[in-house]
Amino acid sequence: MVKRIIVGAHYGLRGWLVQRISAVVMAVYTILLIAILFSQPNLDYATWAGVFEKQWIRLATLLFLLSLLLHAWVGMRDILMDYINHTGARLTLEILTVLALTLYALWSLEILWGAG
Amino acid sequence: MKFSIYRYNPETDAKPYMRDYDIALEPTDRMLLDALVRIKAHDDSLSLRRSCREGICGSDAMNINGKNGLACITRIADLKEPVTLRPLPGLPVIRDLIVDMTQFFKQYHSVKPYLVTDERPPEKERLQSPKERDELNGVYECILCACCSTACPSFWWNPDKFVGPAGLLQAYRFIADTRDEATSERLDNLEDPYRLFRCHSIMNCVDVCPKGLNPTRAIGKIKDMMIKRSV
Repeated sequence: MVKRIIVGAHYGLRGWLVQRISAVVMAVYTILLIAILFSQPNLDYATWAGVFEKQWIRLATLLFLLSLLLHAWVGMRDILMDYINHTGARLTLEILTVLALTLYALWSLEILWGAG
Repeated sequence: MKFSIYRYNPETDAKPYMRDYDIALEPTDRMLLDALVRIKAHDDSLSLRRSCREGICGSDAMNINGKNGLACITRIADLKEPVTLRPLPGLPVIRDLIVDMTQFFKQYHSVKPYLVTDERPPEKERLQSPKERDELNGVYECILCACCSTACPSFWWNPDKFVGPAGLLQAYRFIADTRDEATSERLDNLEDPYRLFRCHSIMNCVDVCPKGLNPTRAIGKIKDMMIKRSV
């Protein structure tokens, strides 16, 4: 195989942009959730469950979790690109990361809209 | 004054080691390079690069008390003893404080650091307005000493793929030049998760640059231009 260093993948901007936008979404949600929780008269389980009964809170939470997963994907890929030099090992770890994050996305849906 | 200097001669030493020096300085010795020249007079086996001795040539970049800088413009009075001197981190050591800069210059050349234009050369010079010229301030002054790139962890991990702060600053110098006509090709050349996007804006480059330049800002401007052309 050619030993030359090959670069020029013509991508990278989108990942970088996604990381910034998802960070903003997470920051806004975090402030919003803190504000909602602190505005409750007494913070017990019933109140907590009541807050998450509201459909728009669930949707906002889903948006937050998806942002978190995208953010984690770009971050994990960055870490793997920095430290794992072997291409096969890096690809394997990247696939495992994607699978794990997809699983978390499905699990998030189950938590937010599942029975109970 | 006490010094602890990294020594390594691959022909005689199995491993690098730190050697201590205690040298009496003269009142005329103001900069670290003056002290190094004095040490070399006492022990001529010490190897280092230096040339202009005034911060223009960029030859005497080294790691001074843990921070990259130029010996010739680092004041002795500002240094804590013992002054620990090491070669620039992340590059192969040829001998003592001399490193192999091949990888660094390979990245520099990869951004085509020269004017690219199809236009027929004009009778006299290619003109710019003072405002257009202003954009090159803080970018063209780079002396390629490699202090910034060798302070960058992303360059340590991927010196073969990441252009590094010095190369990216030069890339922006030609992207920003109104006389250059290869802007799209230059952006294409950099749109790569390794070449440009290994930069995570930790600003080590800004911290160490002996010329007070800001590669992180230049990198940010390159990203801005990429967003402008694709969003």
